[in-house]
Amino acid sequence: MNRMTTRRPSTPIRIDLQIIADMVKPGSRVLDIGCGDGALLDHLVHQKQVDGRGIELEQEGVNACVAHGLSVIHGDADEDLDDYPSDAFDYVILSRTLHNTRDPRWVLGELVRISQHAIVSFPNFGYWRVRWQLLLRGRMPMTALFDDPWHSSPNIHPCTILDFAVLCRDMGIKITRQISLTKTGQRIGPWMPQALSNLFAEQAVFLLSRGN
Amino acid sequence: MSAVSTNAPKITWPAQLPGHRLTFDADQPLRLDSGAELGPFTIAYQTHGTLNAERSNAILVCHALTGDQYVIGQHPVTGKPGWWQFMVGPGKPIDTDRYFVISSNVLGGCLGTTGPKDVNPATGRPYGTSFPVITIADMVRAQKLLIDHLGIEKLFCVTGGSMGAMQVLQWAASYPERVFAAVPIAGAARHSAQNIAFHEVGRQAIMADPDWCEGDYLVESKIPRRGLAVARMAAHITYLSETALHRKFGRNLQNRQKVTYGFDADFEVESYLRHQGSTFVDRFDANSYLYITRAMDYFDLAVEFGGALPNAFRGSKVRYCLISFTGDWLFPTSESRAIVHALNAVAANVSFVEIKSDKGHDAFLLDEPEFAKTLNGFLNGCAEHRGLTHR
Repeated sequence: MNRMTTRRPSTPIRIDLQIIADMVKPGSRVLDIGCGDGALLDHLVHQKQVDGRGIELEQEGVNACVAHGLSVIHGDADEDLDDYPSDAFDYVILSRTLHNTRDPRWVLGELVRISQHAIVSFPNFGYWRVRWQLLLRGRMPMTALFDDPWHSSPNIHPCTILDFAVLCRDMGIKITRQISLTKTGQRIGPWMPQALSNLFAEQAVFLLSRGN
Repeated sequence: MSAVSTNAPKITWPAQLPGHRLTFDADQPLRLDSGAELGPFTIAYQTHGTLNAERSNAILVCHALTGDQYVIGQHPVTGKPGWWQFMVGPGKPIDTDRYFVISSNVLGGCLGTTGPKDVNPATGRPYGTSFPVITIADMVRAQKLLIDHLGIEKLFCVTGGSMGAMQVLQWAASYPERVFAAVPIAGAARHSAQNIAFHEVGRQAIMADPDWCEGDYLVESKIPRRGLAVARMAAHITYLSETALHRKFGRNLQNRQKVTYGFDADFEVESYLRHQGSTFVDRFDANSYLYITRAMDYFDLAVEFGGALPNAFRGSKVRYCLISFTGDWLFPTSESRAIVHALNAVAANVSFVEIKSDKGHDAFLLDEPEFAKTLNGFLNGCAEHRGLTHR
């Protein structure tokens, strides 16, 4: 929930946000949960003409979004998703937020209930630098994407790419697309075995849809 | 300062209030929620700015319990600036260089729109308590007649705080096709038990004043000054916050070094409240206060939609922005959040911002930069969608 603040429509957005944006069909109905200061939402509204809404926990982010003309409410992924009717959206986006929620499994279930597609991104706790720090230094890992010390981290439910894929399978959620990114933002080829993606990817973006 | 005086001069309402009037004859009565019909009746209103050729830039500003149509400029009765000078005007969030701003005195009011102090043509005497009980929906019906009269197919925005927010919600629920954006500020979808209780205290204070004369004080050439002042004093406390009161007054004594062991206004806060009470009496009609507080008490938007608030907004294309204030305990954030939940339940387009302020309910009337920034941004975003260009 800590996104960049620049807001000119032509300004490039963060690489993971750009990947998410590319997955969204123009003109669709989008809910961005944990929309931060609205960088992605603003991009989607102006570049893809979506009917975009946002939910953000931090009051400052909400105020910034609304002051920029975005439809954003002050709310909490853990509490407010059950307000929405089923199939209210075409895409629901949960960017770098899942590991901050109290009940990721419930949240994930809600995502595919209220929307046809869910786009979920998260930092990969299986990333080799994370493993390295714990294995060799014996300390809780701190990386670019896990940048809070253990005692004040909001990341109460970090997971690895494999963990996430298993949960989706268990919940009957279909993974339509997976894009794993290295530290420099390079895409890891889909030919690479999942176990290796899980080692080399610093973060991943998943496009999900409701299973049968 | 002594307690509120009883022998002050009678209120002198300006013979001709500035602004416009729209009158409907007796053969076009307004059908009220109570089943009664009101006619003839007049709507007094003010406009600022220019209506564009497409008639798409009109903002209706709805006033609160004791507000009126004079949102900006010098008030014709008090001589003070209008109640929303911080928000409305050239270059302000509700920019009169860009938008056509309409504000009307509510039905039952006392500044030009027909209310209990006006003469009932059927009897030749002021209505008093024979005026029909009105509701928020009745106020909005009257406003819609005004908007029809002005030839405005769709209001760009309806906004207002407190009771104004109730009117905004009623507008959006009753006439969704006539509203592009709705901004209810520091409001609620129904008046809470606590708020009804406060209003009842105020009404009882008025009705306990012998000068109220069972509502016929105008016929008797009297004014229930003490009762109305006490009602205002009690209500005024609810508009502030404990923090704001303490910051402003603390336990400071009023022009004295020590307490007087009596019931004079020893404390600054007492003196302040007495002043608020007595100046209010000079600008507001006691019976209007009874009727308008009653309209607020009766407000429960869900009732006319089968008891389920989301039904009030189902299928609505209106863009909503709800704003509440952290220090407001009269219309707390939870009330706005309940509306947001209902709007989410029908996947309506909604924004919701809680502004940090310790100034109580009155924060919506004050210069709160974050509040102004929010409203400005929301209106700009809507203007973009509505295709309104800057002039």
